[in-house]
Amino acid sequence: MPKLRTAITSIFTHFLIWLFLIFALYPILWVIALAFSKGVVPESRVLPVPSHFSLEHFQAVILRTDAQGRWLFARQLWNSTLTATATAFVSVLIAIPAAYAFSRFDFVGKATTLRGLLATQMFPGVAASVPLYLVLDTLNLLDTLSGLVLVYATSTLPFALFQLRSTFDTIPRDLDEAAMVDGASRVEAFLRVVLPVARPGIAITALFAFMSAWNEFILAATFLSREEHYTLPILLQSYATEHDANLGHFAAGAILVSLPVMILFYLLQRELVAGLTAGGVKG
Amino acid sequence: MLISTLLQRRFLSLVLHMAPFLFVASGRIQAQEGALTIFLWHAYGEGEARGLEAAVKAFQARAQEEGRPIRVEITPVPFGAYASKLQAAIPTGKGPDLFIDAHDRLAFYVESELIRPFGAWPPELDGEFDPLHLNALRWKGVLWGLPLSIKCLVLYLNRKLAPPVPLETLEDFEALATRLPKGIWPLAWEISSTYGSAALFHAYGARHIDEAGHFTLLGPAAEAALFRMQALLAKGVVPPEGSGELVRNLFASGRAVAAVSGPWLAPDLGPELEWEVRPLPRLREPPKGQSGAMTPFATVEAVFFPSRIPQGKEDKAREQAARALAIFLAASEGARIRALRGGHIVASERAWKGLEGLERERAFREAARQAIPMPTHPLMSRVFGPVDRAIRKVLRGELEPGPALIEASHRFADETRPPPPPRDPRFAIVLLTSLLLVLLFFATRRLLDPQFRVTLLRSLPAYAWVAHALIAIFLLVVLPLGVGALTSFFAGQGRNLHYVGLANYIDILTARGQGLFSRGSFYLVLGVTILWTILNVTLHVVIGVSLALLLSRSRLFLRPIYRVLLILPWAIPNYVTALTWKGMFHRQYGAVNAILSAIGFEPVSWFARFSTAFTANLITNVWLGFPFMMVVTLGALTSIPKDLYEAAEVDGATPWDCFWRITVPMLRPALLPAITMGAVWTFNMFNVVFLVSAGEPDGSTEILVSEAYRWAFTRGNQIGYAAAYSVLIFVVLFLSTRGLPIFGMQQKNLGEKKGVAHA
Repeated sequence: MPKLRTAITSIFTHFLIWLFLIFALYPILWVIALAFSKGVVPESRVLPVPSHFSLEHFQAVILRTDAQGRWLFARQLWNSTLTATATAFVSVLIAIPAAYAFSRFDFVGKATTLRGLLATQMFPGVAASVPLYLVLDTLNLLDTLSGLVLVYATSTLPFALFQLRSTFDTIPRDLDEAAMVDGASRVEAFLRVVLPVARPGIAITALFAFMSAWNEFILAATFLSREEHYTLPILLQSYATEHDANLGHFAAGAILVSLPVMILFYLLQRELVAGLTAGGVKG
Repeated sequence: MLISTLLQRRFLSLVLHMAPFLFVASGRIQAQEGALTIFLWHAYGEGEARGLEAAVKAFQARAQEEGRPIRVEITPVPFGAYASKLQAAIPTGKGPDLFIDAHDRLAFYVESELIRPFGAWPPELDGEFDPLHLNALRWKGVLWGLPLSIKCLVLYLNRKLAPPVPLETLEDFEALATRLPKGIWPLAWEISSTYGSAALFHAYGARHIDEAGHFTLLGPAAEAALFRMQALLAKGVVPPEGSGELVRNLFASGRAVAAVSGPWLAPDLGPELEWEVRPLPRLREPPKGQSGAMTPFATVEAVFFPSRIPQGKEDKAREQAARALAIFLAASEGARIRALRGGHIVASERAWKGLEGLERERAFREAARQAIPMPTHPLMSRVFGPVDRAIRKVLRGELEPGPALIEASHRFADETRPPPPPRDPRFAIVLLTSLLLVLLFFATRRLLDPQFRVTLLRSLPAYAWVAHALIAIFLLVVLPLGVGALTSFFAGQGRNLHYVGLANYIDILTARGQGLFSRGSFYLVLGVTILWTILNVTLHVVIGVSLALLLSRSRLFLRPIYRVLLILPWAIPNYVTALTWKGMFHRQYGAVNAILSAIGFEPVSWFARFSTAFTANLITNVWLGFPFMMVVTLGALTSIPKDLYEAAEVDGATPWDCFWRITVPMLRPALLPAITMGAVWTFNMFNVVFLVSAGEPDGSTEILVSEAYRWAFTRGNQIGYAAAYSVLIFVVLFLSTRGLPIFGMQQKNLGEKKGVAHA
């Protein structure tokens, strides 16, 4: 009875997914409940529902202005968007050719370099922010979004390289070699044949770079020195100071900060879903 | 055709190589307008910032009138980044002209040579401040700043909830505990922190440190205070696990008759709440020789001036302008504006003469005048960690007050050990130089080998593809990390660093002379970190891959929605969700315990035991991490050709065979680097441990990286020691990932022999 079996498998699949869905969404629902509550009432309860529905936290976060009466939220949203987009772009742009080379070529020092790249990810940055500050100072890039983009893009580079290299590794090299047999140069084969096939991997890598730039605040707060240059997570942090934690504002800010990433993921998932190499390998 | 290809290649490589450097060109052009611009940094919350801004505006207007226009650029810095930003900026001359901070950081700034003295006392400030507060800004006999405002804990009383009996003593509140309805606390008070409990210690006559910086919170007086805390908790006078945030929420929502909190609570209290400010309750029967008054610590918020080397006329003018602004803000005129507009409890005595009304602010000020300024001694900041841990141990019932305090004093002595003596760096320089020469020798010899030269020449085209990425990484990742690693050979603070050789490493690896597996020793923490990493990564991969496989079923109903929803944990900044989970694990008000009791279990004190606190961290981090593995797997799954499965099915393979023979091998190339990365990130997952368990109980859930951060930031900024920790973390990770196959070119099994590039 294959039909019944399919039905049971399907129900079981949904059940499992729902189990994890609850696990994944429960804390988020609490953040939402906090953001929409009036004040914050400590209560012991199971269901994350706002105690007294109110938009006051969103109002406070969105309408906040600085000393000159400038609308901070819009300004910082723009800074964050610009920084994160540029980071994703620069990071992926720099990583793609290098990752391709790591996947396809053998060269002197390759293994050492790869090992070194992984090594950069192992070093906690406890003592690195002051030297990084000095580097940016030398490049005259302190207090600029370009400087921040440069730091973010390079710090996401090792990961982007690894991610893209394994993406290229999953693309059979027959593909580029076939193109080269047909008369294309290495660059052409790479640009016309390999790159389009690697799109989903590139999308994930770009998304990752975007997100790490979008959420970072310690370096941003260290390198930027004017409120009009600040990014959104810095604004968010100002609701969680030592004594003065306003969790309602914090939650509302967190939702506003997370929303673009959620939208982005929704958009990018279509890119991922679009099956890719199935056709490529056959050819 | 040939030319266009050539051009295209050249252009592409040019663009790619230039990309990082284009950003340099767009660097900042310093705006220099007519008026002198000075920079002021602060870490105020929103309400207090308003008061400061209003006062600065008044200052600018007055300067304009006097014909010497000054522009003040105010920068609010998030509290978490304030200290590190000042430490990075001031030595490079990019710091502010003046900044605001609490006086308990003063000695650290002085020791690190980050600030300069206030200079000559202007006579117009005579009689402006309480000498006690000015004294708090003196260190080594020099005045370093001007006091702006005073903060201390006071008693907030909810008028509607307070019964018509006097509530003046701690005993009154204890009596109240039995009479209040369920869910209402007599006194919302964070007694488990050093700062929150200080008043009680003081009431019993105990003091934290003496003038020479010795730990003095020992003996019967301090023990009596701890016994009293135990009693307060046991009688239900104060809530368990009372954090500052819980205190605020309980009082603001009318669930506490009174609260012990500072002026920062007031702006969050809604208009419907009727409250007043009082001094803290007294002890009805004071111990012998004590008045019984509970006097909290006072912190003096002051304006300080970064040290710098004056370079010219411009600097002199800026220094003068900064000084003028500081005097204006601190003295009565500016203070009045700050009080009226930002609710600052201003330090200026004269300002209060012009402030009628402001009943509550006056009450704050009265309390502040009685309070004991926190000792300025730099070792005061190191009292907090050990004493916090002692109090929590006593409140959990793990230790009696006496032994707990003795343990705290040992910990204090250990953490405040003087830095190792300076060593002669010549030996290291000679060693380093000879090592370099040896390397150089081998490199030259290799270069002279003709066969190697051929290989190298053939590698050249490949270098064109990777050079830009490697240069950028070297400049902005490797170089800063390398410099950071070098500081591990130094000890001291700020600019005051001296070379100590391997002393930091020896200290760490010998567990600071204590048992090798004693609490907080490198080896014990390493063990916890390894356990933490293995459990996390295993759960990440199992959950992530399972979900990806479930989601990859092509005809799954609601698939796109599931996929987006399951990814959400990854979309929210992890510091937000870490804080949310921490709230959910609260003993009394957390949702996790609410669920547990709804299905019939006993509520759990999550942070009271290692096993549960570790589990809480683990749950949080599994929640944070599984979407990443899921997405990577999903991406990799789409690249597995469908016909492989079709062919296998034709051959009669079971789904189980398909999974192990097709899916797993095909997922490997994408998953292995992800797992390695995931392991590395988890090993260094600072945010979760720091924000969820914060090392509780008693530092047992600390992992290596959070331990390093404690040395860098809360244990007296021992940056060299913290750097040595991070180098050791690096070494451990490097050695343990050495054997991992991602370096082993296992991708060769894709079928071809790799040739050298012929691009």
